[in-house]
Amino acid sequence: MNVHDVTRRRWWTIAAVAAFFVAVILGVMIGPAGRVSSANWDIIWNVRMPRVALAGIVGAMLSLAGASYQGVFRNPLVDPYLLGVAAGAGLGATIIFAIGRQATSGWPVDPLPLVSFVGGLVAVMITYLVGAAFGASRSSVTLVLAGVAVVSLFTAIQTFVLQRNNDVIREVYSWILGRVSNATWADVRLVLPYVIVSSVVLLLHRRHLDLFRVGDDEAASLGSDVARIRIVVVIAATMGTAAVVSVSGLIGFVGVIVPHAVRMLAGASYRRVLPLSLIVGATFLILVDIPGRVLQDPAETPIGVVTAFFGAPFFIVLLRSKKSMA
Amino acid sequence: MSSLHLDAVSVTYDRRVALAPFTSDVRSGEWLCLIGPNGAGKSSILRAIAGLVPHDGVIAVDGAPLSIRSARRRATLVAYVPQSPVLPDDMTAFEYVLLGRSPYVSYFGHESRHDRAMVQSVLERLDLVSFAGRHLGTLSGGERQRLVIARALAQEAPVLLLDEPTSALDIGHQQQALELVDRLRREHGLTVVSAMHDLTLAGLYADRLALLHEGHLVAMGDAAHVLRAETLSEFYGASVTVHQQDDGTVVVIPRRSLQ
Repeated sequence: MNVHDVTRRRWWTIAAVAAFFVAVILGVMIGPAGRVSSANWDIIWNVRMPRVALAGIVGAMLSLAGASYQGVFRNPLVDPYLLGVAAGAGLGATIIFAIGRQATSGWPVDPLPLVSFVGGLVAVMITYLVGAAFGASRSSVTLVLAGVAVVSLFTAIQTFVLQRNNDVIREVYSWILGRVSNATWADVRLVLPYVIVSSVVLLLHRRHLDLFRVGDDEAASLGSDVARIRIVVVIAATMGTAAVVSVSGLIGFVGVIVPHAVRMLAGASYRRVLPLSLIVGATFLILVDIPGRVLQDPAETPIGVVTAFFGAPFFIVLLRSKKSMA
Repeated sequence: MSSLHLDAVSVTYDRRVALAPFTSDVRSGEWLCLIGPNGAGKSSILRAIAGLVPHDGVIAVDGAPLSIRSARRRATLVAYVPQSPVLPDDMTAFEYVLLGRSPYVSYFGHESRHDRAMVQSVLERLDLVSFAGRHLGTLSGGERQRLVIARALAQEAPVLLLDEPTSALDIGHQQQALELVDRLRREHGLTVVSAMHDLTLAGLYADRLALLHEGHLVAMGDAAHVLRAETLSEFYGASVTVHQQDDGTVVVIPRRSLQ
């Protein structure tokens, strides 16, 4: 069984890496300005490449964070969006916009990802506490419902802040719709450090997430420091998510679709699910970003619209299958 | 081979006493069975030994208190099988038993070749090799129970705690599971503490029974001493006939009031 398992694992890893490179090449080749040539190299390097890089980073981070949240909360339905992390980060970002981007431009560290992180962390903590308080029966749905409430609350506060700061509405809405379409290398540089730290921490905990699958008590009886590991993983996942959300806007469902697809293909062990989600998530978002550029050329279809278009039906199918299992 | 020492161990949940100070020494290789009605404190003792609930008093293995041990070190001394273990449907049997090696793996590390070989040999000993690659969701109740015991065995802890190990099994699988624990106890010198509802089975397999009632120890000794009709009537509110067979087996039979 072991030999067979190892071969299968390798095969999926190779397939995922190959698909990733195909996606990168397609992402660089396709766009309104046509194929790669010396004449449009400037467009390729300054428009398409950062866009592909950012889509890849965002997709990788959201998928990895989604898989990690699912592991740490033992709940297959959660993702950064449904837990309220994205909404919390959105509120944080809105506050920064309301204060004014000019006011903070001189700061040594851009406060946008940091405040997004704090907002995201507060949101996920509230979701978890509410979900845990009323979800003693270990129902996956309670946590999702708590997430819905937190998303509503944070969105309401965000609307309130926006109303009092009419002047930044345009800025905030274009942020909400996502900046993948006009990404620059500066955006990539802004998020990359957070994403790297977050990914390394999460990947180092993949064995622990397998232990979490048997529940808190049994994991503890096997020597796991459940509470501490849960906090470390939630903080790392939230930091990465908030950083990417602060440049990409709210992109839903990636964190739930990708890990599930990976599980179906390569098995449910987090040792495979986490690294494969990273690669497949990057591939997925790079690919999903391509039709948005050319579909309604010269206008752009926001990437969040495309992922929701695929993600919402997928989520409903998932809910149905979980229901039939229970 | 390790002895377990419990000195005035008590457990309190939200000011409600779940277990009054409980003192007992379990010899190396001995099987102590906790019996008593629901809510008597059986699970509380097991959970306290496993380090899952805060407790007062001292719990020691081979004379050294567990409270000074790290969670990981403790898990190499005490293996715990809960009443309803969580078996993820999409986890393979091999992956599941491998979890038993967790206490031996460093925080950022992964299981070594030795750990995998260890799991393989446990699966062989328990006749589970053919299940190794199967998903847990496809296994029967008896197979699942054997896997849970296999995981505890892979933990290589000298003290084994079993909370109602047979409650979900039919009589044949109950017997198989208990025979397995008994065999492993003899082969490896495991010290076993279990909680059980079936009094006849408890008396049949355990060296010693401890009867608990509302958190207090009310009787302790061998089956013939503890399983008496008047005792069971007093603490379980049950009307039973106790029958002792020629080989010494004590059989507890419920009595119907209307004939």
